[in-house]
Amino acid sequence: MGQKEYLKNQQREVLQNCGLINPENIREYIARDGYQAMGRVLTSCQPQDVIEQIKKSGLRGRGGGGFPTGRKWEYAARAVNEDKYIICNGDEGDPGAFMDRSVMEGDPHAVLEGMVIAGYAIGAHRGYIYVRAEYPVAVERMELAIKQARELGLVGKNIFSSGFDFDIEVRLGAGAFVCGEETAMLNSIAGKRGEPRPRPPFPAVAGLFHKPTVINNVETLANVGRIFLKGPEYFAGIGTEKSKGTKVFALAGKINNTGLIEVPMGVTLRSIIFDIGGGIQKGRKFKAVLIGGPSGGCIPEDHLDAPIDYDSLLKLGAMMGSGGLIVMDESDCMVDIAKFFLEFTQDESCGKCTPCRVGTKRMHEILQRITIGEGKEEDISLLKRLAEDIRKSSLCGLGQTAPNPVLSTLRFFEEEYLAHIRDKHCPAGVCSRLVRFEIIPEKCTACSICARICPVEAISGEPKKPPYFIHQGICIKCGACQAKCPFSAIAKI
Amino acid sequence: MTMCNSCQQDAEEKYAELKKVLTKYHNDPESLIVALHEAQLIFGYLPRDVQIHIAEALNVPISEVYGVVTFYSLFSTVPKGRNKITVCMGTACYVKGAGDILEALKENLKIDVGETTEDGVFTLESARCVGACSLAPVVMVNGEVHSEFTAQDIPELIRGYRAAQDPAEKRSDLH
Repeated sequence: MGQKEYLKNQQREVLQNCGLINPENIREYIARDGYQAMGRVLTSCQPQDVIEQIKKSGLRGRGGGGFPTGRKWEYAARAVNEDKYIICNGDEGDPGAFMDRSVMEGDPHAVLEGMVIAGYAIGAHRGYIYVRAEYPVAVERMELAIKQARELGLVGKNIFSSGFDFDIEVRLGAGAFVCGEETAMLNSIAGKRGEPRPRPPFPAVAGLFHKPTVINNVETLANVGRIFLKGPEYFAGIGTEKSKGTKVFALAGKINNTGLIEVPMGVTLRSIIFDIGGGIQKGRKFKAVLIGGPSGGCIPEDHLDAPIDYDSLLKLGAMMGSGGLIVMDESDCMVDIAKFFLEFTQDESCGKCTPCRVGTKRMHEILQRITIGEGKEEDISLLKRLAEDIRKSSLCGLGQTAPNPVLSTLRFFEEEYLAHIRDKHCPAGVCSRLVRFEIIPEKCTACSICARICPVEAISGEPKKPPYFIHQGICIKCGACQAKCPFSAIAKI
Repeated sequence: MTMCNSCQQDAEEKYAELKKVLTKYHNDPESLIVALHEAQLIFGYLPRDVQIHIAEALNVPISEVYGVVTFYSLFSTVPKGRNKITVCMGTACYVKGAGDILEALKENLKIDVGETTEDGVFTLESARCVGACSLAPVVMVNGEVHSEFTAQDIPELIRGYRAAQDPAEKRSDLH
């Protein structure tokens, strides 16, 4: 694959400095026009203008939901209170996503600059960066960046002699996925259990320590400085009608080129996977791409030409999420993947509200049942009903979106569920109880290795008189015979 | 339980260090998670006694401290092995066979996830996602990433860390 094709369809805005500057030296960021936008905003713009410009740019939250950033800031700016807060959400917990980590590690000052501008816009004087403890390098770099910015007077008292004070502190998570939910994060920053609370009141009115608070994602904030540097019109000129700018995606899974990519909103998944990603590994067939992590869904081949933006993804039953893209090929079982995500959300459910705590557990049990061949036909409608109830009645985003992977796989791959339930067969050959190992007679040389390796003596035959035979009733489907056969004469069906 | 002199001294040093940390957060309930992180760095885990010290210093009920400790998966109330093996079970690693790697490690070390081997050399853990998806599947040992890991790599990995175990250090840890 040529480097050219990999880069041709990309547009580096948020990642413009990542990998190019030394993130541990503030002067390298400044040399790339860093903090220029902040200086201009603080010395020559009114807070209301700042919000207007962000609104004009069309920037929407990059953490998942896609709420318009300008409106969020406006709500908090209107709230009357001496103390307000800006929180940068760096609790990137979606498995398969590492965009925010790369920005925090590769361009930490862009995040700080965005936070100071946000603070100025809403009238906050204090900011917190909440980083998950699993990202020690990000924590270190953010802390160093704050220290260096403070030394140069870019964070702290009277920034750029504007009379505006803003200080920033890093707060660590401690391994709880739910803390990425904003109200749970507020509790966690205050040193409590990260359990969400009902909204309203929204954080913009009563957030951290019950004061007006704006919570923005890392990537959202990293866009802010650039919007002021190049103008809101420039930013609004990128992307689609309702989704502006670029989006960073983390490409992973069964794809040739894995890694971080940045593309204008509106490109198609097909272009991401086949042009930038270089197609599927080992020449296998594409099956689906997972987008949005445990809250998102899967998109099959038929819909690969849909443009990637907030609204069209929602229409397909997926969501932008934070931007993790995991590509799956024909050897991946969609029921198993749905089960994997349910196991995740069920384990990460904080337990506060019943629909999420108990509902996800029941859904997981049903999926478990299906993958071991004990599924019943009515399980599908039961799953759908449960999913609907959990979606409607859960307290926070974690519970409300937990059924998405199941609903989405059911929508596009119902026949795969039915194969598990009716035929007791896993077409992808993943669910070990639902596969069969069989000897290919033409390849078998009757060397007897398989019969000797089999832990339950399920293989019989006479040496030098092929073929050998696997007794399906005895076989425990451990796969040991297949792994050891020197002639690749054992097939998993 | 009686302790030998060197362990007694060791424990005293750790509590002295904890005391230093806690003076920073005196009467500051909002710093509970930060304090717990720092205490865990000193002790390796958060025994009941340490939780009580923290509760008193920060002026938080012990029940709340315990509630927070048990809520977050990174806090542990039991001692951990000297080497922490973490298998990433994020989606990207999972579709590339992390589940099999975890099973093979369980079998090799004869422990379950979250447990520590009898000799205290290894603790086996699984992580949600370490954010190294393009290197999947990933196994981390003491924070060091082993990329594109396979079950075949396990014996060598285990042997390497066991061999690195200094015999003198081993003796001082036998309690």
